[in-house]
Amino acid sequence: MIDIKHLSKYFNDQRVLDDISLKVNAGEIFAIVGHSGAGKSTLLRCINGLEGFSDGEVIVLGKEVKNLNESGLGELRSQIGMIFQNFSLLNQKNVYENIALPMKVWGYSKEQIQKRVDELLKLVGLETKKFVYPKELSGGQKQRVAIARALTLNPKILLSDEATSALDPNTTKSILELLQEINKNLGVTIIIVTHEMEVVKKVATRALLLEDGKVIGLGRIEDLFLRPDEKMMKFLGEDEELPEEGVNIRLFFPSNVSYQPIVTKMARELDINFNIVWGKLEKLNDHVVGSLVINIDEQAATLITDYLEEKTEVIWEVI
Amino acid sequence: MEQSIIAFYEKSLGMKQVLMDAVIETLTMSLISTFIATIIGFALAIVLIVTDKNGISPNQYTYKILDVAINMLRSFPFIILIIVLFPVTKFLVGKHTGTFAMIVPLTIGTAPFIARMLEGAFKEVDRSVIEAAKSFGTSKFQIIFRVLLPEAFPSIISAITLSLIIIIGFSAMAGTVGGGGLGAVAMNYGYYRFDGIYIFWTVFILIVLVQIFQSLGDFLYKIVKH
Repeated sequence: MIDIKHLSKYFNDQRVLDDISLKVNAGEIFAIVGHSGAGKSTLLRCINGLEGFSDGEVIVLGKEVKNLNESGLGELRSQIGMIFQNFSLLNQKNVYENIALPMKVWGYSKEQIQKRVDELLKLVGLETKKFVYPKELSGGQKQRVAIARALTLNPKILLSDEATSALDPNTTKSILELLQEINKNLGVTIIIVTHEMEVVKKVATRALLLEDGKVIGLGRIEDLFLRPDEKMMKFLGEDEELPEEGVNIRLFFPSNVSYQPIVTKMARELDINFNIVWGKLEKLNDHVVGSLVINIDEQAATLITDYLEEKTEVIWEVI
Repeated sequence: MEQSIIAFYEKSLGMKQVLMDAVIETLTMSLISTFIATIIGFALAIVLIVTDKNGISPNQYTYKILDVAINMLRSFPFIILIIVLFPVTKFLVGKHTGTFAMIVPLTIGTAPFIARMLEGAFKEVDRSVIEAAKSFGTSKFQIIFRVLLPEAFPSIISAITLSLIIIIGFSAMAGTVGGGGLGAVAMNYGYYRFDGIYIFWTVFILIVLVQIFQSLGDFLYKIVKH
């Protein structure tokens, strides 16, 4: 659906995107994550041609964005919806007119527009706000209007640029649920740019981590968050304080075993004591997954690893 | 005391016709000039906002040339501009004095000012709204008329109100160098004949006119602003 190959972009002499390659598949929710200034919004804007780029290829819906002329780009953009951090609604237009705008621009008839806007108002749950002006809406409601507007032309892709960053946690949750619903029911591929890890963990299936314009991680959410490498750990700001004596073993609990009493069972069956020195359980994409670091005497290490290997589905590594 | 009030009243009554004519001349000059200057200013503002380096179709040279031209015109003291424009006025209207002749310098003198104010009004429009419009494939032309114009509309109303008031002021100035209207009355009757009552009434009427137009502008702004 989206295929980016060796994308680089310079701003004056500064390299803002550095050799980025990624593929986004149809139907997934893909997250681009990074701290502010990492280049994630710029990367997102390369997809619908709001930003140009210096080197590489960006192929969206089978077309190379770089080669499109103005009308070709307009055509492509009509198939890609976009929402923004500050909602970007027209303040002088009411909810109806805001949602109708893309269809007006593309010359649809009044009847078609009315029908579609009513459908969308129902989808985002704002039927009662049809003729209200944006200043009378809350942040969450504004973003719902923006989402409806982005969906007006039945896009295949929805780009979300920090869409929940200006919202409180509860509103963020409801907006994310709406996005998930849109992804599931309408089959819209969604690309989310965010600096909020909670957002990524909640909705994304895969993610790209950006730092200073470089990719520092790309993969499934479970792998990125549960088995973070050193860079990723630094990125997340997680510092494990591990004992220097004995052996530290990290256990990963994939979603299918995260509720099983593996650790206590192992202790009882092997009759070995160990310290739990670090651990976390996380809800990723509606699955609960966990990781735990245990510390044991060196003599007992093989006993444990053998047990883990033979009797459980837990993934482990010695660190 | 009572006698002087009666004398003032009778004298004022005698001026009625002169002042009424002057008001109509002032309004004619100001409204027509504001109308034409707004159209010219609007066109210039559109070119400025489009060709600006952050605009929807940046063109450094067009922007710079227009920018300098507007600044040059704006740096003329208005009274000097009227005189400099005498030949142009004569060419366009056939003479360089009188109410209608003054429309030429009033228009040329204020169009750049209006262009700047409208440019400001357009620039106030949130850039991300323009970006959003681009994101669903809006053409440049449609961005101007479907996004920039409606979003800037309340500010445009304010800008036109302010321009009209400034033009009323300028038109009074024009009266001193051959234009008609309240300025001419204040000059001819008040200044040259030392008649304070004429000055009083022209100033009074100008204040009332400005108040009326400002209130009207504020009222319109409130109606259109959401």
